[in-house]
Amino acid sequence: MDPTLIGQGLLNGLLFGGVYSLMAVGLTLIFGVMRVVNFAHGDMMVWGMYLAWLLATRAGVDPYAGFLVCAAALFVLGFAVQRALVDRILDAPHEMQILLMLGVALVLENAALVTFGPDPHRVRSALGLSTLWVGPIFVDVARLVTFAVAIALTFVLYLFLFRTDLGKAIRAAADNTYGALVIGIDVRRVYAVAFGIGAACVGAAGALVSAVLPFQPSAGLSASVTSFNIVIIGGMGSLLGAFLGGLLVSVAESLGAVFLAPSLKELVSFSLLILILLFRPAGLFGKGAA
Amino acid sequence: MALLEVEGLSKRFGGLQAVRDLSLAVGDREIVALIGPNGAGKTTVFALISGFLAPDAGEVRFRGRSILGCPPHEICARGVVRTFQLMRPFPRLSVVRNVMIGALGRHADMRTAEARARAVLEEVDLAAKAEQPAASLTLTERKRLELARALATEPVLLLLDEVMAGLTAIETERIVELVRAINRRGVAILLIEHVMRAVMSLSERIIVLNYGERIAEGPPAAIANDPRVIEAYLGEEYVGAAQG
Amino acid sequence: MRWAGLVGVLVLLALPPFLDSYVTTIFIFIFFYGFLGQAWNLVGGYAGQLSLGHAAFVGIGAYTAAMLSMKAGVTPWLGMFAGGALAAVLGAAIGYLGFRFRLRGFYFVLLTVAFAEVCRIVALNTEAIGGALGLYITFTGNPRQFQFQDNRSYYYIALALMLGATGIVTLIERRRFGAYLTAIREDETACEALGVNAFKYKLLAMIVSSFLTGIGGTFYAFYLFSLQPNTVFGIPLSVEIIIRPIIGGAGTVLGPILGSFILSPLAELSRFYFAKAGWSGAHLMVYGVLLIGVVLFVPQGAYPYLRRLFAGRPKA
Repeated sequence: MDPTLIGQGLLNGLLFGGVYSLMAVGLTLIFGVMRVVNFAHGDMMVWGMYLAWLLATRAGVDPYAGFLVCAAALFVLGFAVQRALVDRILDAPHEMQILLMLGVALVLENAALVTFGPDPHRVRSALGLSTLWVGPIFVDVARLVTFAVAIALTFVLYLFLFRTDLGKAIRAAADNTYGALVIGIDVRRVYAVAFGIGAACVGAAGALVSAVLPFQPSAGLSASVTSFNIVIIGGMGSLLGAFLGGLLVSVAESLGAVFLAPSLKELVSFSLLILILLFRPAGLFGKGAA
Repeated sequence: MALLEVEGLSKRFGGLQAVRDLSLAVGDREIVALIGPNGAGKTTVFALISGFLAPDAGEVRFRGRSILGCPPHEICARGVVRTFQLMRPFPRLSVVRNVMIGALGRHADMRTAEARARAVLEEVDLAAKAEQPAASLTLTERKRLELARALATEPVLLLLDEVMAGLTAIETERIVELVRAINRRGVAILLIEHVMRAVMSLSERIIVLNYGERIAEGPPAAIANDPRVIEAYLGEEYVGAAQG
Repeated sequence: MRWAGLVGVLVLLALPPFLDSYVTTIFIFIFFYGFLGQAWNLVGGYAGQLSLGHAAFVGIGAYTAAMLSMKAGVTPWLGMFAGGALAAVLGAAIGYLGFRFRLRGFYFVLLTVAFAEVCRIVALNTEAIGGALGLYITFTGNPRQFQFQDNRSYYYIALALMLGATGIVTLIERRRFGAYLTAIREDETACEALGVNAFKYKLLAMIVSSFLTGIGGTFYAFYLFSLQPNTVFGIPLSVEIIIRPIIGGAGTVLGPILGSFILSPLAELSRFYFAKAGWSGAHLMVYGVLLIGVVLFVPQGAYPYLRRLFAGRPKA
């Protein structure tokens, strides 16, 4: 096996892993705070992608600048969804929560289908065509920037959660809802903010990916499933687990594409998922099962 | 050979030794109480005996055969049934259907099981509420339902976990009577209890646990005056406070 | 209630001569998805295990019967059972792994999704069964090959399937198996303490459910004549399967049927109207809104809600 190919696969996997990490961090934040699995996660990402496309085609905004707008818009969507819908079923059985979010996913995905049509879209970025060469391996500048921005955003989120008061309130509510209530934290608002942030993460991720891969509405459910994979492998509720899990899964898929076949790469992550579900459901870094 | 024999039972959770080298026995048709301060390991012992937890060491024998490692449903089939400290009715099912789930283990036919269930409901005085959903019962009615479900499995040994908790004096009396009636029909009973009146009036023998170890065993009168028991519950200063 | 059911069945049996081909097709889908929904109901409704991967069983049943017919000349009337059996094997595997390892709620959902996706990816990449292009079954109209010239024959077969599955579920509900399943759904630990081998009964439900769903795969293959991995193993099909029993009332005998009678015409209508307005795919939005509405306002589903409305008694 050609070491160059392996190296390329590793690098590509790592770079794309930044996006996976961002997606997973958003999902695990939502789960960690309110124990709800956001089945609409991938479909929110799809809207991030289409918003980036709209910005690029209608307003000429490059996705590498526009991702902030996408993040903000998705924050509002997430906040609204939480307040209007999720808040009502926080104590319901898990199956009901999943079904509710599945409903939201269907609405989002098909709203995108109706609005934009089923054909793949792509966003042209100024960075799209340039490549760098590191020895025998080439690096898509777009992917490099995607990676850098994704990592930066994750770092910003980390700072927010650990250095700001609101961030601490969110972590407090995640750790011990009752205790948070007792010390006067407005838990409902914290939940809505956390959901909004989770959606914002995935909205930014969508914008960042839009310049790198073609996308269509049906990508939503598979993006959701990928996020779940990562979060379970890394450990539900663990931010570090989500971050590292994203890199791990992306590299594993990428290497899977090199060693097996490109169309089989998802097989790798699913096999990993099944193994983890059976032997270590808490995930690599998880704190206790759901 | 006693009905239930426990030897050297031990269980550790991380850094906590919940049960330490515990041995006890329950004879045929006996009523034995297991008491001790909160956290003494009593419910853990029940979980170990009934198959919900695996011990780190020790042996559990029922009617001479080891039940160690048997799954809970198998242990129930052999004749040992437990109730739960926090009651677990099937909330959306009717009361009679709740009890039938217990009876169906012995009678696969639905009609027979229903007849048996209704008979048990008569015994515990819940027949009037047979068609109601279990979620609509009051606290004391739920206790009786929990008892009824366990009875429907036709047990030889009944493990009762704090069945008197939260009841008024009158309600406690009623449950005590019910437990006595069950025992008279030939069912041995091992009960965890904090309500001392019930313990004293029901039990033939009391076993006292503290920090997972047996610290005393004997008839009610002896236990009430045992200094080790008083120390465990109230602290050293109170030894000698009770009149003999 | 029984009389109403009997009359309903008689009416359905007598209908075809009065229906045009388009309406007949709608009924076929009502019955077929009602059948699939009823099969799922055993696991998702009665046993309370949310499976989002039942499309895998449809796919396995469909491909098995199709391949046996195309490559070995085995009539689908027999191939149907082979397909069902293979689907049941997968169902048993998923059930064994899921239940032995105590996966609940979200984790179990994901396990089922993972298996369905693995099936899809494998099918996409296996040229021997058509790969990405899928399988195309030549239309011969030969009843011995489970193919009929007349839409009406499919109508009766689909109806038979739906009634058959309903009969099986009714039988199970009335016996110990069904009683145990509903209790397991309420509180599995309490069941164990009462002598119920929860693992065994959940696994059994999974096997029966996947077997029936696999049989449905044969109907799918020989009614639509084309199988693509993405359609027949995909999550959208799993969604179609679960949405009818959930809207109609999971864990009840009539729920999947009622759900199918509500959803299939609704899907057709919205497909029709939205397509005219240039919006295709909007009927899935309707599904989404309905799902949200049901979870928030009518979580038990339409049938229990209506029953309560007309009877004024709590469910026994």
